[in-house]
Amino acid sequence: MLRAALSLLALPLAGAAEEPTQKPESPGEPPPGLELFRWQWHEVEAPYLVALWILVASLAKIVFHLSRKVTSLVPESCLLILLGLVLGGIVLAVAKKAEYQLEPGTFFLFLLPPIVLDSGYFMPSRLFFDNLGAILTYAVVGTLWNAFTTGAALWGLQQAGLVAPRVQAGLLDFLLFGSLISAVDPVAVLAVFEEVHVNETLFIIVFGESLLNDAVTVVLYKVCNSFVEMGSANVQATDYLKGVASLFVVSLGGAAVGLVFAFLLALTTRFTKRVRIIEPLLVFLLAYAAYLTAEMASLSAILAVTMCGLGCKKYVEANISHKSRTTVKYTMKTLASCAETVIFMLLGISAVDSSKWAWDSGLVLGTLIFILFFRALGVVLQTWVLNQFRLVPLDKIDQVVMSYGGLRGAVAFALVILLDRTKVPAKDYFVATTIVVVFFTVIVQGLTIKPLVKWLKVKRSEHHKPTLNQELHEHTFDHILAAVEDVVGHHGYHYWRDRWEQFDKKYLSQLLMRRSAYRIRDQIWDVYYRLNIRDAISFVDQGGHVLSSTGLTLPSMPSRNSVAETSVTNLLRESGSGACLDLQVIDTVRSGRDREDAVMHHLLCGGLYKPRRRYKASCSRHFISEDAQERQDKEVFQQNMKRRLESFKSTKHNICFTKSKPRPRKTGRRKKDGVANAEATNGKPRDLGFQDTAAVILTVESEEEEEESDSSETEKEDDEGIIFVARATSEVLQEGKVSGNLEVCPSPRIIPPSPTCAEKELPWKSGQGDLAVYVSSETTKIVPVDMQTGWNQSISSLESLASPPCNQAPVLTCLPPHPRGAEEPQAPLHLPSDPRPSFAFPPSLAKAGRSRSESSADLPQQQELQPLMGHKDHTHLSPGTATSHWCIQFNRGSRL
Amino acid sequence: MGSRSSHAAVIPDADSIRRETGFSQASLLRLHHRFRALDRNKKGYLSRMDLQQIGALAVNPLGDRIIESFFPDGSQQVDFPGFVRVLAHFRPVEDEDTETQDPKKPEPLNSRRNKLHYAFQLYDLDRDGKISRHEMLQVLRLMVGVQVTEEQLENIADRTVQEADEDGDGAVSFMEFTKSLEKMDVEQKMSIRILK
Repeated sequence: MLRAALSLLALPLAGAAEEPTQKPESPGEPPPGLELFRWQWHEVEAPYLVALWILVASLAKIVFHLSRKVTSLVPESCLLILLGLVLGGIVLAVAKKAEYQLEPGTFFLFLLPPIVLDSGYFMPSRLFFDNLGAILTYAVVGTLWNAFTTGAALWGLQQAGLVAPRVQAGLLDFLLFGSLISAVDPVAVLAVFEEVHVNETLFIIVFGESLLNDAVTVVLYKVCNSFVEMGSANVQATDYLKGVASLFVVSLGGAAVGLVFAFLLALTTRFTKRVRIIEPLLVFLLAYAAYLTAEMASLSAILAVTMCGLGCKKYVEANISHKSRTTVKYTMKTLASCAETVIFMLLGISAVDSSKWAWDSGLVLGTLIFILFFRALGVVLQTWVLNQFRLVPLDKIDQVVMSYGGLRGAVAFALVILLDRTKVPAKDYFVATTIVVVFFTVIVQGLTIKPLVKWLKVKRSEHHKPTLNQELHEHTFDHILAAVEDVVGHHGYHYWRDRWEQFDKKYLSQLLMRRSAYRIRDQIWDVYYRLNIRDAISFVDQGGHVLSSTGLTLPSMPSRNSVAETSVTNLLRESGSGACLDLQVIDTVRSGRDREDAVMHHLLCGGLYKPRRRYKASCSRHFISEDAQERQDKEVFQQNMKRRLESFKSTKHNICFTKSKPRPRKTGRRKKDGVANAEATNGKPRDLGFQDTAAVILTVESEEEEEESDSSETEKEDDEGIIFVARATSEVLQEGKVSGNLEVCPSPRIIPPSPTCAEKELPWKSGQGDLAVYVSSETTKIVPVDMQTGWNQSISSLESLASPPCNQAPVLTCLPPHPRGAEEPQAPLHLPSDPRPSFAFPPSLAKAGRSRSESSADLPQQQELQPLMGHKDHTHLSPGTATSHWCIQFNRGSRL
Repeated sequence: MGSRSSHAAVIPDADSIRRETGFSQASLLRLHHRFRALDRNKKGYLSRMDLQQIGALAVNPLGDRIIESFFPDGSQQVDFPGFVRVLAHFRPVEDEDTETQDPKKPEPLNSRRNKLHYAFQLYDLDRDGKISRHEMLQVLRLMVGVQVTEEQLENIADRTVQEADEDGDGAVSFMEFTKSLEKMDVEQKMSIRILK
């Protein structure tokens, strides 16, 4: 028993290398009678091995990335191939025979589709179509050129006697070989270019070519293969014509299959509103179905999946829920990365199997030189032609990178393995040559392309933040160009794009997007929405320290961006094709900023959403309530914004009394929280520019506003305790900085005099919308009524605790006794001159023609009676009526 | 070809137009051909009506404004030099433009600045050199789908203005407009290849 357990442990640990040796043993000993423990290796062998391979590959990836230095120098694909070589060597040494080849069937049916889907789905479509002409040229003409020149040149080499006579191959064989070795490989290109970060145009051209040339490769390969199998003597002239025709059939057919499935997929996701959980699955299933269908009809499967991903993305993304989007994104990336890892590792392992290949130096060297030379020549020739038509010509450096970036990969290898040895006698030589070519391009070129790009100073891709202005103006430019093309009478690219967009808007989007999604699916709106989300995130990310700078700055506004953006926002920004999903980056950047972390922690404690379970049992496996999740998103956002605004306010207004004493009464505090939250959007400073942020979120949800407000009120109560603690800490931490800061520059932050439109429609404001808000001279801020009540209440609660005169109480009581109540326009004029040195922010109460009659004696009592109104605090200073509608003017200047 | 050369004779002071706009002879001929095709009554100039009859312009959200840009200062007609001058903004920037023309001449019409200025004046309807919030809102209304509510549009307009507005006057001046697009490849995005 113990032994068995040990060996069970040993098996996974021993890893891939040991399995072949164990295999014969395991089924070997049939124990008699009832078994306590049974060894059933052969039953689980296949899936177990698959899982193990993926595990080994993933672990290897982790190990590679332990050292940043290595991965920054060496592309992952190189490391994986080398690892594969080592593992293959071990397997070979232990088992005495090569195991675990890269099987063409596995490769084409399982490993390739996720990679292609990933690249198609996340392809930047605008960029792709902007450069479609160049991409198609390189993919079709370039691949044909490469195949024929390489094949012919190799044949010439053989005729010249430089290839050993053992290699029995005719012109057709060489052309066949040329066709499979000529295609630039999407997997290899992606693996290398993703780390190089060349500019987008260059990337999309090389990468697009590698995807689209599949059709050409498939056709060429099939045609040549059938010619070889028929024998060159039997090939008729019509066969050549058929070959040419099949190029169109295969490529256009593949694309059509992809588009049909894209349409189906988009249409299906339109109706998944009640079964959100199935959305990600649909994306994968239909895309895979497209691949298999194309493969079945021997069309270009890669093209099909690419088109499917490219075509469906816009509609699918609009239709499926936010969570499904994230799921699709991560799953796709995970699958693709997984497949890519396994492919490279298996490539390495396959190369070890010497029984499959035969070496011929002439052939290998000749092929290497020819593919490099003809690739370069082809690129230069095509670019010259293309530049006659391109608005932005591709310069020499681009051409160098494009020539050098023509990596060959697993597709070529899988195709060469598929050759029939009886029909192609030189198969073994071809296999060896292919392996060398693949290894050379992936390892040598992959290693050197990064330094080369640096050395040539190739324009790198710049990541800049989207701004509303850019987005808007870009649209304007598009329309302008389309209009100018109309005027000029030339139906060019812009004209057709405009046409397409109109068609899409009128019919396609209507058909494929659900109403609700279509409504908000506007690019400008989208950018706007994302900017606001980002502001909120970056606010939380920056913790309190934003508040200490002279003004709140929003990272999305480049002109005022004084606070460096931290990595979280950077990460979150790359929503689209960005490959950086490494969440660890967050940790590494954040570490070492302990103090801010503490602030952050407390901020989050207060601001994070605490799920409420009591309303909905969300354990259904088939159904994730959309309402629930949307509400959750919104609440998180809302809470963040409230917290943000509130803490901003509190740093300005509440400094003094939070300093030295613990809060005496929770009720008072809670009141303030609630009120301040509700009022959050009103206390915003204009310069800081986040009022519109707050406004957005509220506008977004304007439809459900009513219910929303209720629930978030309840919410607040739940979270009370934590908020209380958190606020205390963060305030204390921020206090010093802020108060010092405020003394230096008292006036620049002026509260905006006008409520924004969102404010007007805040549900919690609806009851008081008619309240007067006083606009005073420039140094005065408008402080909305509720905030005043909150403020008053806090003060009063303090007072009630510290009934023996503390150093604040006298200040409060000695506030200027002049009759502030009567003439409120005068109040601001008085205030700056009021000498109130020890109390940092004394509110002067201006009452709108109302007088208050409460005395300070009523104070605690009133508070008990009217906890919600909370408006009594300074009554001893300024007697007035007990109306709940008060207006207050906080005068910043008076603090000094 | 024969017909083309006959056109060349028709174009009045072709050389000075070419010098001003930088168009090649072929482009100019092409544009002149188009000009005459648009000029239905052979009156030698284009009116607003002539441009409005271009079908696709009617559906272009900015179509009216672009037509208007051909008629500066409220004039009712545009002759061929004026027509070409507007289109010259969209000539791709070539290397020789930047090198040779700088010292002696004013900026060529297709310079980055002029391209931007063309776009800017499409926004700036009242010609006060600033895109006010209201003007921004109008453009947004044209560009953004009808599905976004007026209020959301206002928010977007607010934010857009605020984003670009540096001096805090609540409007976007041309300087600020330029600045907000400094990262964009305007030379490329505001050029049409055939207008060399």
